[in-house]
This record gives sequence, structure tokens and C-alpha cells, in this order.
Amino acid sequence: MSTELDEERGEIRKIRNDPDRPPVAVEEPLPLTNKGKAIFGVIGLIGAIAWAVIAFIRGESVNAVWFVLAAVATYIIAFRFYARLIEYKVLKPRDTRMTPAEEFANGKDFMPTDRRILFGHHFAAVAGAGPLVGPVLAAQMGYLPGTIWIIIGVVFAGAVQDYMVMHMSIRRRGRSLGQMATDELGKFGGIAAQLGVLSIMLIIIAVLGIVVIGALAESPWGVFSIAMTIPIALFMGVYLRFLRPGKVNEVSVIGVALLLIAIIAGGWVSNNETWAAVFTLDKTALAWWLIAYGFAASVLPVWLLLAPRDYLSTFMKVGTIVLLAIGIIIAMPTVQMPAVTHFAWDGTGPAFAGNLFPFLFITIACGALSGFHALVSSGTTPKLIEKESQARMIGYGSMLTESFVAIMALVAAVSIDQHVYFAMNAPNGLTGGTPETAAAYVNGLKLLSPGGLALPDIDPSVLAQAAKDVGEKSIISRTGGAPTLAFGMAEVMAVFGGSGMKAFWYHFAVMFEALFILTTVDAGTRVARFMFSDALGNLPGLGKFKDPSWRVGAWVCSFIVVAGWGSILVMGVNDPLGGIYTLFPLFGIANQLLAAIALTVVFTILMKQGKFKWAWIPGAPLVWDLIVTLTASYQKIFSDVPTIGYYANHDKFVAAKAAGKVLAPATSMEDMDKVIRNTMIQGSLSIIYAVLVILVVLVALKVSIDAFRKGGLPTSEAEDIPSKIYAPRSFFPTAAEKEVLDEWKAAGLDPSPQGVGH
Amino acid sequence: MSESSAPVRAWKNLMWFFRGVTGADAYERYCAHLAAHHPEAPVPDERQFWKDKWAEQERNPKTRCC
Repeated sequence: MSTELDEERGEIRKIRNDPDRPPVAVEEPLPLTNKGKAIFGVIGLIGAIAWAVIAFIRGESVNAVWFVLAAVATYIIAFRFYARLIEYKVLKPRDTRMTPAEEFANGKDFMPTDRRILFGHHFAAVAGAGPLVGPVLAAQMGYLPGTIWIIIGVVFAGAVQDYMVMHMSIRRRGRSLGQMATDELGKFGGIAAQLGVLSIMLIIIAVLGIVVIGALAESPWGVFSIAMTIPIALFMGVYLRFLRPGKVNEVSVIGVALLLIAIIAGGWVSNNETWAAVFTLDKTALAWWLIAYGFAASVLPVWLLLAPRDYLSTFMKVGTIVLLAIGIIIAMPTVQMPAVTHFAWDGTGPAFAGNLFPFLFITIACGALSGFHALVSSGTTPKLIEKESQARMIGYGSMLTESFVAIMALVAAVSIDQHVYFAMNAPNGLTGGTPETAAAYVNGLKLLSPGGLALPDIDPSVLAQAAKDVGEKSIISRTGGAPTLAFGMAEVMAVFGGSGMKAFWYHFAVMFEALFILTTVDAGTRVARFMFSDALGNLPGLGKFKDPSWRVGAWVCSFIVVAGWGSILVMGVNDPLGGIYTLFPLFGIANQLLAAIALTVVFTILMKQGKFKWAWIPGAPLVWDLIVTLTASYQKIFSDVPTIGYYANHDKFVAAKAAGKVLAPATSMEDMDKVIRNTMIQGSLSIIYAVLVILVVLVALKVSIDAFRKGGLPTSEAEDIPSKIYAPRSFFPTAAEKEVLDEWKAAGLDPSPQGVGH
Repeated sequence: MSESSAPVRAWKNLMWFFRGVTGADAYERYCAHLAAHHPEAPVPDERQFWKDKWAEQERNPKTRCC
């Protein structure tokens, strides 16, 4: 390596790889100046006050703005100090190295991309419905546990995972998590990891499908507007391919406009008896439509459906999140939920079963720690990043933003009326489905106000009116989180346009969540299909499956993948216990176990590099995550409480069936059989996930102990190739970074050619 | 961009950001890449470029998170 020390001023080093060209890296320790100390002191103080208000004040009115302040202040401090510690002491990025983007630049998937654009790109790829849904369900335990885990979890677990995986993938030519697992853990560990990833994807797609069906069932307005997204996407696809190729933003604006028209038109459809009947679908019918859609999206050309949907989804995602943040700041809603409800301790909550530990951490999943992100952080983003040091801003920073989305979802959920919240989130078996029975059920919960006073009973008309306000026939037992979030968002967004706009905003929110979820369903099905055919291709005699353009193989694999998640989906929507209630924990466990695999890979690499002293940084969240997920898996498998243990419930229903009895919430022997079959499948899935992850962790432990004994082992890090480009490390360049940029300008050179003017 | 007024600049920056995030600038960037690194290579027309790009996506699907 011919790195030459160019200039040393104080501790700042400007490093050149080529003596005739300007520097390609700036290294500066960033000690705190007095001004910096003052600024971070103030931010810390604001954060401390906000946390104190949330955690200790038990008045009747806590304003949601405190949540936003506590979150943002914590993120800033964590980004500046903890992420910086990881960077400085553990990962030690070297900007004199070429990133895969620079090394393999082909103008397409490998291409150095401006850090601010890549931040948006990476965020759009990791953000989905998960951080919106999990916190809504977790709200049943009160606002405090969820808030703490979303904020603390992201700082020490989620953002650490995303950041470290990204860094290690950059150092390995943009290899994927599965490939890194094979390289670092050996073939057996790699296969277990890849099988884990594939099976986990299936459950994630299925549960997100249940979420979207929960929002659309018996809602002609919702079904109509979502159904319209398909012709809109097809139109956009044709427009982009044949009419005006490459005019992505133009067609996206047209698409969004059509989408808004579809939402408004949905209101007319739901008011017209004939059309309303056409678009009123029950859960089973919707499940089959979704399965057909997933299959079609997997085999149709990308340009026709997938690519245009993705543009729409990105537009809606960024736009709506910004809109929601502004809405919360303007509306400043007051929190209706107490800090902690008794469901946190007695495990009898209606949205999901089980105590705060471990099930709260399982349920929130994505907003605090999401294993799925490791798939984007490895592979995609490293092929676009200009400099190694930017991984802090893009990896850690994007995950902080995702956590903020989760906080906003929690705020929306805890600021709606508690009776309405529980009526929406309890399964049909508990609420009975009518305003009268549901009101009796929620009044029976003896809910308390934030200050600890008993809430007055509600009249059934409150629930009927709430449904009418948002243009729905009923809001009772609309489980899955999406309708609750939409309801909360509609209340917040009513600051734009008044309460007459509530129905519009409700369906806007449903549409936006459904769009996210359908994007995950179609992209996920396709990715799973490729993973599956790749795995099949490894078997002797089936090598032909490795060729993705072989149509027969594509159809066969798509069919198997769709059958995999489709069967879980159909099982979930028909489950007498409620698909969300029984399957959401499995979704959370799967996602958290994927995080365990990612953290394990990262931990093993640090051990192999001999960085034993710092291995706790991924090690601590890994241990915590394993404790949480394996406890949850253990309880789901072995608990003798039927509401928690799948097999306990299985045995209970088997015994009842043998005695010829029908147990609530089942209403027939057919229902009994469904429960018996579903609990068996759910229990088996829990076992498979847990076993796969335990295998990966055991292999990693063996490798790590070996590495520790030998004082380190070689890793698969790619060799060092000197970089020729320069870019600052974070959003705003420092003084020294500005000097270097000026030096490039003075030399008449573009520090990082991007191909587009700015 | 030095001569334009602040609102115009802000709008341009926003467009630059949005085009980058959605990938609308892919063709321009590819042409610039070719010009810089392979000046002798033929430049595909825009229609063909997008066709190839989608064909590429067809073979290498990207994950979207949950």
C-alpha cells in the first residue's frame, strides 16, 4: 500500500494515494470543541427532560411531542458518540481503500453514489410495514415499554447490526449475508444460515399478508383502491417502456395522482350498493387474490409490475413519513394510553399473548432490531457507497430514521381512545364483532386513564360512530395493526383538512401500508424464488435450476415458494384464534432470529480479526437477542399455558375434541380441527427456526473459540486497492473535508464522478 | 447553479435528490460512466438502456424489507 502521509495538522491527516492527485481520505479524531460541548450538552439536557417526562410523570395528559424529543435527542447523541466509538475503535474504516462501488464500477449496479442519495435509497429499501405494525400491537402494554425498547434497542442493537454488516460487506466486495456466513462459518454454518433466511422470508411474507388482509377484509373502499394500484402500475410500466423510457419521476407523479384519485373513488364505490358488493371480499377470498398476485408478480416481467410498483412505493413512503412527522408536530396529540398496562405483567393482552419479557421485544421487532435489514446492508448498498467511512451515516443513520418511524407509529396508536384501540385489536372471538358485544367486552377490561383513574364505560354508538367517521362499516376486531395505525394517522392528519377528511386519511394510510406490504410480498417472493432455485441447483442432477432465465424452473420455483407462504397465509386468515394473535409472534421470532444470524456473523468476524476487546459491541445485542428469541421460542413450544404454548393449545383442543366438546373461540368441530392443525404447524415452525439458529450460533462459537485460542484467524476480507476518488463522510463536510474538496476543485478534477450535475 | 436564486436552487437540489433515490438518473449516470472509463464503447440509446436494466433486474432481484 503506497499511502503517503501528506499533511498532519494537529490530529487531522489528509492522505493521498497518488502524489500527483489531491487527497482521497481525511482522518480526524473530532475532539469536542467548546462549542460542540455546549451544543451536545443542550441536546442531552433536552433529551433527559423528555425522558423524565415520559418515564416519571403520571399526569392525565402527556403530550406526544415529548416522545419525538426524547427519540431525536437520543439518536443524535448515539450517532455522535456510540456510532463514532464503533467507527473509531472497532471497524476503523479506511477511506484510502476502494469500495466495491469504485473497484467494480460498471455504471449500473456497481457505482459510487452520492452519500445523501444513498442514504435515501438505503432507507427506502429497509423501511417497510414492520416498524409501523409492531409498535401498534405493542401499545397494548402501555406507551413506556415500547418507547424504551424502540429507542434503546436501535442504539445498541438494530443500528449496530445494520452498520457493522454493511461495513463487513464493503470489505468483502459487497457479498451478501448468506455468502459471508459461508465464508466465515464454513459450508455447514452457511447452509444453515441460508436455509434460515429462506424459511424466515416465507413466514414474513405470510404474516404481512395477514396484516394487509386484516385491513382490507369487508372494506370495499380499501379493496377498490388497492386493486386499482395494479392497473396503475401496469400503465406506468407500459409508459416507461414504450412511451417515455426512463422518465421515472414523471410517471411516478402521474402514478401518485392516479392513486389519490383511486382513494377518492373508493369512497364513491363504498357508497354505491352494486359496486360495494363487487369489492366486498372476505378474508379467504382476499388471501387467494394475494396468492395469485404473488405468483403473477414472480413470473411476470419486472418492467411490467415490479419496477413501477417500487417507484410508487418509494414515493409514497418518503412522502407519507414526512407528512406524518409534520402532522404529529402540528397536532401535538395527547397520549390516551397509560405508561404501563397490566397486560405487560399478566400476559393476557388481546393483541398478542404473553408477558412483556420476552414478547414485547418480539412484537416490536423491526423498529428496534430487524434481521431483514442485514440483507439490504450486505449486497445492495455496499455496491453503491463511495467511501468506507460513510457506512456510519448510511447504515447506522438510516436505522435511526427507521426507529423514528416506529416511534411515530407508536404515538399514533397511543393517542387514540383506549376503548377504540382494544375493540380494534382484540380478535373476533373476544369482541363478538358487533358494537354491542365489543362495547361490553372493552368496558369489561376496566381500562385506566394515564393518570390511573377508571375510564367511564362507553356506549356501543361510540364504536359505530368511529367506524362511520372513517368510512368503514365496522372497526371491530380489525387486528393486525394496520387499521389501528390508519385510524391513529387519520386523527393526526385531520390537522390537514379537518375531521371531514378523516375517511380520506384513513384510506390513504391503509393504501400506503398495503402498498408497502405488497411491495414486500412481490419482491420477497421473487427473491425467495431465486434463493430456492439456487439451492435446488446445488443438488446433483438439478443444475439447470441455477439458470434464472429457464422459464420452467422459474414457474416451478415460484409455485413452490408461493405455496409455502400461501399455505401459512390461508391458515392464518381462517384461524379461529385470529391469524395475527397466533402468527405475529412467529413473525417477530423469525425476524429476530435472522438478526441473531447477522450479529453472529459480525461477531465471528471480529473474533477472527483478533478484536476480542470490542467483540461485546455486537456480542451484547446478540446475547440479548438470543435470550429473548430463544425464551420466546421455548415458551411457544413448551409453555403449558394454552394462550402462549402452541402445543399446549394443541393438546387442549385435541382433548376437547375427544370429549366431543367445542371450545371457544371455535364454533364448530371444523374450527376445532383447524386449531388442532394450525397449532401443530406453528409449533413445528417454531422448532425449525430455533434449531437452525442454534446450529449457526454453535458453529460460530466453535470458530470464535478457535480464533480466540490462536489470537485471530484469517477472514475473507478482500485485498486493499488504493482509492482514486474522494467524498466527505457525513451529511455536512467538516472544515478539513471542505479544504480537500476545494483542492480537487482547484486541480480541475471531480472528486467523485457521478454522472449527474448537482 | 451559481447564478440561480435560492428557491430555484432548492428545487433543483430536491429534484436531484429524488431522481437519485428513485434511480431516475440511471441512464445519465451510465452514459457518464462510459464517457469517463470506456470512451470507445458505443453508447446505447435510452430505450435500449432501460430494457437492459430491467432484464438485469429480472435476473438479480433485490430485497425489500418488511
